[in-house]
Amino acid sequence: MTYNFAFLDEDTKRMLRRALLKAVAIPGYQVPFGSREMPLPYGWGTGGIQVTAALLGPDDVLKVIDQGADDTTNAVNIRRFFARVAGVATTERTTEATLIQTRHRIPETSLREDQILVFQVPEPEPLRELEPREAETRTLHALADYGLMHVKLYEDIAQYGHIATSYDYPVRVDGRFLTSPSPIPKFDNPKLDRSPALMLFGAGREKRLYAIPPYTTVESLAFEDHPFEIQRWEHQCELCGSGESYLDEVIVDDRGTRMFVCSDTDFCGQRRAQVQA
Amino acid sequence: MSALLQVRNLSRHYGQRIGCAEVSFDLHPGELLCIVGESGSGKSTLLNTVAAQLAPTSGSVRYRQRDGGWLDIGSLNEADRRRLAREEWGYVTQNPRDGLRLNVSAGANVAERLMALGMRNYNQLRGVARNWLERVEIDPERIDDAPSGFSGGMQQRLQIARTLVTQPRLVFMDEPTAGLDVSVQARILDLLRRLVNELGLAAVMVTHDLAVARLLAARTIVMQGGRVVETGLTDQILDDPQHPYTQLLVSSVLTT
Repeated sequence: MTYNFAFLDEDTKRMLRRALLKAVAIPGYQVPFGSREMPLPYGWGTGGIQVTAALLGPDDVLKVIDQGADDTTNAVNIRRFFARVAGVATTERTTEATLIQTRHRIPETSLREDQILVFQVPEPEPLRELEPREAETRTLHALADYGLMHVKLYEDIAQYGHIATSYDYPVRVDGRFLTSPSPIPKFDNPKLDRSPALMLFGAGREKRLYAIPPYTTVESLAFEDHPFEIQRWEHQCELCGSGESYLDEVIVDDRGTRMFVCSDTDFCGQRRAQVQA
Repeated sequence: MSALLQVRNLSRHYGQRIGCAEVSFDLHPGELLCIVGESGSGKSTLLNTVAAQLAPTSGSVRYRQRDGGWLDIGSLNEADRRRLAREEWGYVTQNPRDGLRLNVSAGANVAERLMALGMRNYNQLRGVARNWLERVEIDPERIDDAPSGFSGGMQQRLQIARTLVTQPRLVFMDEPTAGLDVSVQARILDLLRRLVNELGLAAVMVTHDLAVARLLAARTIVMQGGRVVETGLTDQILDDPQHPYTQLLVSSVLTT
């Protein structure tokens, strides 16, 4: 059995591309689209792979990461899926990729203008936790009435003494739309601001697309006396020695011994290769 | 003195049925007006229509802004209506659980309207919230507790604090003391009377309890079947009711 190039039929891809153009035209605005049934469950990246399928061309080089790693189940499956249904080249190197689909991280290596980053998004609506009504959240977006988001941050400080939200940290895109950056750690939020690469977000279950176009200002919300801060570690990566990257804490035996390693496997691997050379 | 709110021939129909019909009144700054009547008499419909939460079928509501200009509430767009409701008006619901966010702390409930107005300093927000909890006689130590753990009376006082924190000029109250026991009611009425005087608020309050009207309101409107049957000074209406329905209402108050 043969599939159309990149699995989706051409009409669906056209629908997706039109929605993506609208998303790019209105930075941070959630554009509804006709999400298709994909051969993986909701929550595994159905939004992301539809966006990737609509963008892929035969000359693209695809990289897929999950929590920064190229070798986890989700990443391996999606990469293999597109190698099979589109026949495109794949890579684990950030610098070689033209299209990067990601879940929960932005690569440590700076991105370029000729690269596109596609995010998998479980819940595109940052206000949902406080306002369950879709009609109401749409009105709040239309009126740019975003005081509610600060209620959540206030609550964080009241309960924990600091803004404890550590991932999916709300941002304001281009001074207008309040936007979920997807569940990336807030460590990655500064990389969204004025990024040279186009960033696209797909939520398959919620049927929404949105975009942060290149060089768009992205501001993380905060209070005057509790400014936005990213995570810091007292450790360095035990494999490559990096003190600047996002670290995962890994438990290595049954006695609770732990080590800290880069979550971005490509970044870590390249640094170790450089040291050996 | 010029009125703050002008209601003229206001009607609201639900299909063929009448919610309220042909209601006119003026509300002056610093005045508390009570709307009394039995259940189903159109009190809440009138309140919600005046507060622009329901669209009127006919008639007009005009509100005088700080600069002295008149604003026709019926012709406002959604954005302006919300701005008005957020910055200059307040609304206290009968059931505090409708007016509060039960899943966030008391402090966040009080501070929410300030944050909606753009206040972004955590310590200031907290200071104001603490101050308001004290003003409504809630222990400021409970600022970080969720209101779901508060008693009914405390929840209602918290809702009052949350509404008044932005110093609105006009507050709508829909039976704020119904469903509370008598001693708690008395405390909240006392609190409301004090705050209304301190802040110079104008307020429209719906109640079925004539004692509440007697205690708080200078003027009272009596409604029956969606229409105003009698209006005037509260004492005059309660001591010398003219309309048969008002006479019935006054005579059916239990006295001990």
